[in-house]
Amino acid sequence: MKPVAGYVPYPPRAFRTRVSTYWWLTSWPYLRFILREFSSVFVAWFVVLTLWQIASLIRGPAAYAGFLEWLRSPFLVALNAVSFLFVVFHAVTWFNLAPKAMAIRMGGKRAPALLITAPNYVAWLAVSAALAWIVLGE
Amino acid sequence: MADQIALEVTRYHPERDREPGLQTYEVPLRPEWVVLDALNYVKDKVDGSLSFRWSCRMGICGSCGMMVNGEPKLTCAAFLSDYAPGPIRVEPLKHFAVIRDLIVDITDFLHKLSKAKPWLIRKEEKPLAEGEYLQTPEQLDTFKQFSMCINCLLCYAACPVYGMDPLFSGPAAIALAQRYNMDSRDQGSGERLDILSHSDGIWGCTFVGECTKVCPKNVDPAGAIQQYKLTAAKEWVKSLLLPWGAK
Repeated sequence: MKPVAGYVPYPPRAFRTRVSTYWWLTSWPYLRFILREFSSVFVAWFVVLTLWQIASLIRGPAAYAGFLEWLRSPFLVALNAVSFLFVVFHAVTWFNLAPKAMAIRMGGKRAPALLITAPNYVAWLAVSAALAWIVLGE
Repeated sequence: MADQIALEVTRYHPERDREPGLQTYEVPLRPEWVVLDALNYVKDKVDGSLSFRWSCRMGICGSCGMMVNGEPKLTCAAFLSDYAPGPIRVEPLKHFAVIRDLIVDITDFLHKLSKAKPWLIRKEEKPLAEGEYLQTPEQLDTFKQFSMCINCLLCYAACPVYGMDPLFSGPAAIALAQRYNMDSRDQGSGERLDILSHSDGIWGCTFVGECTKVCPKNVDPAGAIQQYKLTAAKEWVKSLLLPWGAK
């Protein structure tokens, strides 16, 4: 017989509690986890926005000016500010969790977590600085 | 410091009660007492019908895991004085069916554990005369942390994925599979791959990370699962590039 979850061959009458739909509101670590997962939506939004920007750039100067004008609307400024915070949260949690998934051994011992997170942060800073220089340096 | 503390304990009699309820007991608040001592006090002096699992009293056997004030804890390591002035709520481990009072049904976990094949698998056993399989301290060190698991199931009680999807293999079973995968004497990682690299296995895990936080033996099951995700992804790429290669 195929095993079925929760089925016990000789059951005493056991009591099973259903997990609440709002389980993620019961503790801060759970809520932080849900926020971390939810941040993916904002990452996706930034991807869509970037593709949009490239598409309007291809359509010519007038279309691009229109795109920039649209970006200046209060709703989009607010949305992008919130998105930026979520994307930063996404990146920080990602880098902090990276050492958990990577068990690198050096000299017979497991490499300390900082050895994996630090290069990630340095690379992030370097790329951000380079982009800032290209965008703002003109 | 008051010399008594209130213990709110889940009571459930499968033949009498429709659902579990709480019963409060006043127990002596002694600095050297843990929650398990208080439960034993209730059973010995107040109400002999109170049922709960325990054995070693020293964090080795893994039987006395319960929810203490909503958190999965080994009751032999949860001091009453840390919860003073109380009350302390003691409930059965979350995400498991309650058989009676504080006792949960762990059959589901035992099924999952045996499916993960947590034992040394050899393609060919060498004859006894050739002696034992040798291992260096460095080789031992790669999996030793995962071998500390005592099957106390606190990680299952902390895992919302297991709570919502009872088919999920769960933290301890995967960590123990990984313990054998990383053992230099083991040759069974190929056999475990199909069971572990599955939507009910490692890919069911969304890395909440609470399993690692509640583990009383610092096993880090969340780490074990993420590390195995990396291994399984590499195996998948390998099987894509070299479909004729043996597992």
